[in-house]
Amino acid sequence: MLESNDVTADLIAQVSAFLSEHDPATTDRFEFLRARYAAGLAEVHYPAGDGGQGLPREHQKFVNDAFERADAPDNAPGLNVIGLGMAAPTILAFGTPEQRARFLPALWTGEDIWCQLFSEPGAGSDLAGLATRAVRDGDEWIVNGQKVWTSVAHIARWGILLARTDPDLPKHQGLSFFICDMTAPGVEVRPLRQLTGDAEFNEVFFTDARIPDTDRLGAEGSGWAVARATLMNERMAIGGNVPPRESGMIGAVARTWREHPERHQPGLHDRLLQLWVEAEAARLASSRLQQKLAAGQPGPEGSAGKLVFARLAQELSALEVELLGDEGLVYDQWAPSDLHAFDFIIRNPAFRYLRARGNSIEGGTSEVLRNVIAERVLGLPPEERPDTTVAWKDLPK
Amino acid sequence: MTADLLYTSVEEELRASLGALLAARCPSTRVLAMYDGDASLAHELWPAVGIDMGLAGLLIPESYGGAGATAREAGVVLEELGRSLAPLPFLTSSVMAVTALLTAGYSDTLPLIADGSLICALAVPLGSCASPIPRTVTIDGHGLVYGRIDRVAGLEGAGLLIVPATGADGEHVLTGVRAEAAVREQVTSLDMSRPIAGITFDGAPAQVIARGAVAETSVQEALLVGAALLASEQLGIAQWCLDSAVRYLLERRQFGRLIGSYQALKHRAADLFIEVETARAVARYAAATWADASEDRFVASALAQAYCSEVAVHAAQECIQLHGGIGFTWEHPAHLYLKRAKADQVALGTPGDHRATLSGLVDLTM
Ligand SMILES: Cc1cc2nc3c(=O)[nH]c(=O)nc-3n(C[C@H](O)[C@H](O)[C@H](O)COP(=O)(O)OP(=O)(O)OC[C@H]3O[C@@H](n4cnc5c(N)ncnc54)[C@H](O)[C@@H]3O)c2cc1C
Repeated sequence: MLESNDVTADLIAQVSAFLSEHDPATTDRFEFLRARYAAGLAEVHYPAGDGGQGLPREHQKFVNDAFERADAPDNAPGLNVIGLGMAAPTILAFGTPEQRARFLPALWTGEDIWCQLFSEPGAGSDLAGLATRAVRDGDEWIVNGQKVWTSVAHIARWGILLARTDPDLPKHQGLSFFICDMTAPGVEVRPLRQLTGDAEFNEVFFTDARIPDTDRLGAEGSGWAVARATLMNERMAIGGNVPPRESGMIGAVARTWREHPERHQPGLHDRLLQLWVEAEAARLASSRLQQKLAAGQPGPEGSAGKLVFARLAQELSALEVELLGDEGLVYDQWAPSDLHAFDFIIRNPAFRYLRARGNSIEGGTSEVLRNVIAERVLGLPPEERPDTTVAWKDLPK
Repeated sequence: MTADLLYTSVEEELRASLGALLAARCPSTRVLAMYDGDASLAHELWPAVGIDMGLAGLLIPESYGGAGATAREAGVVLEELGRSLAPLPFLTSSVMAVTALLTAGYSDTLPLIADGSLICALAVPLGSCASPIPRTVTIDGHGLVYGRIDRVAGLEGAGLLIVPATGADGEHVLTGVRAEAAVREQVTSLDMSRPIAGITFDGAPAQVIARGAVAETSVQEALLVGAALLASEQLGIAQWCLDSAVRYLLERRQFGRLIGSYQALKHRAADLFIEVETARAVARYAAATWADASEDRFVASALAQAYCSEVAVHAAQECIQLHGGIGFTWEHPAHLYLKRAKADQVALGTPGDHRATLSGLVDLTM
């Protein structure tokens, strides 16, 4: 077994060797990234042959740093959050070797944007109640139904789709998981405007859309298990590195405070300090969680981080608008912007204030996450569930 | 940031052996008896914890007979002392007084503290912050001290008081005064598991431990390390309160259901869990920064008190509410934790004091 430092040193040597053969200054961006994937230097924790080397995730940041020092192009991870954070780990866990080879390279390079086709008008928190049907037709599936709130579907090449393949079974058992070609006939994406004015998410309609059975991920009927793995990965995979102090929303508010001494006032000051304390405490908690994960002690505590993040984003962005007073009311634009940036620090405070309301809804509402912590971490009794044993088709809709 | 926020296996072993000892020998009924004037628990426990387990000298270098451990291990000890409310002079003597003496470079008494024959107390009011250093005592040219210090903790069994005093020209003088030379006036206080008393000196002979800047920093360091590690005690308190509340939610039935099945209560328990886990990261970080002499230790101390003291109080309040009427009784131990948590919130500076400190440290001033 190599010592951790030797592994890091070896990886950095591999990056140097790679860079000497692929000059980032003269190589086309995607060509460079495809070669990096092929060299096993995309994500070191991916398996050998699939962009990685099967190493612990903690080494990745040294690889990224080495590429960054060489001014190499990155894969713009902020634009493909769902692809990298949710689709890729699911494909790695459940995909066949053919599926991994077919989908992962262009996913990782960012050539293909991915979306997540889970929520429906009738099934949000209660995702397993979804109604979109997939019916088998030879070696294809015919899909009918509607998804909603599908972020980035309008620019996505592929989607991960959860659909009902057997309505006679109880809700969790009759689901299957597919990879959906967003350009296929019968898949219609309609942008859905949200309260910020943007249309970051969409409605997606399926009308006799066909998906080859080779694009099913996991066994028929095992869609719920696959989807749960996707959702668990959502919080873990993003980053891996703990951001420095005063990153994100608290950083923006602290800067505003420093730049506007004329707006200083005791009430705002104490609120700011209370939130600074909470943001720093939350950052240390996520740092501790990362250390636990690296030491192989994972738990469902990831939900806690998401919950705290949402509350702090909301309180901090609200404070910033007040801090700026009338200047805080200025809004950059109500017309949909084409910035598909998950980094909303670049927009103005009023935008952040509005966008943060979504943080406690998207990716599991704060109420549902509290249920998760209460039941799976603290062992408190589950909610009364009259819906889990009845055939899905017989449930009240 | 590289600080290790997890527990090492050595720390886990320390926790397990201390936890087992306290579970057997520090029942809450004995802590409760302190409110009726029975202070025997402290005298019985300290030989086992301080001497037999060697925790009295945990932070004292091995060359002076101590264990040569760091703030990290001391934090784990304090978690267990918080969880059991054990009324021991660990924080006041083994952490704060020892830090003052080590910083002052005054090693004479260290072996005595390490072997358990001497308990020391830093003579400052409970409620003191690192700046300004509270000084209400003066020392004259003959080495005699005069003055009064209100509400000092850790006097129980203490032989030597470490007294910050003012010299003739306003100079900081850190002095050592034999406990017998002070007149002590016990105070009936909110938290009788950490008794406090007023002390008066009327020409008591004192030895000089340090003068000037050294005297000042010695007291400051003691208060700052105390603040950093009190967070671990607060974490222990909060953890007990969460565990106790969750146990009750899984036991008590009303309206034909376990009360833990009501979502209103589940959500409160979930929120409390998040607070406790966050406090754990903050307390571990504070301990680690002092263990590593990190530049960030001043921020970490203020952060620790600004965050963890609130969590302990909230946890104790929730614990009582979720227990209903039984939580309001003298017999149920929940109130002992509320009283300690509230006293701890004031003990080494309130959250407001520490936020004010932070505002200077992180450049967010008014
Ligand atoms: C900005 C944004 C982006 C999104 N992107 C995507 C995406 O890319 N792909 C995708 O599939 N989905 C996406 N969603 C959808 C999101 O996952 C759902 O909105 C969310 O899961 C909640 O479902 P719902 O909207 O049906 O609300 P409901 O489930 O109807 O919830 C309504 C209210 O009831 C509460 N509630 C529901 N059940 C319980 C319960 N058991 N206990 C207590 N309270 C409960 C909720 O907390 C909420 O307050 C996105 C949403 C937003 C806001």
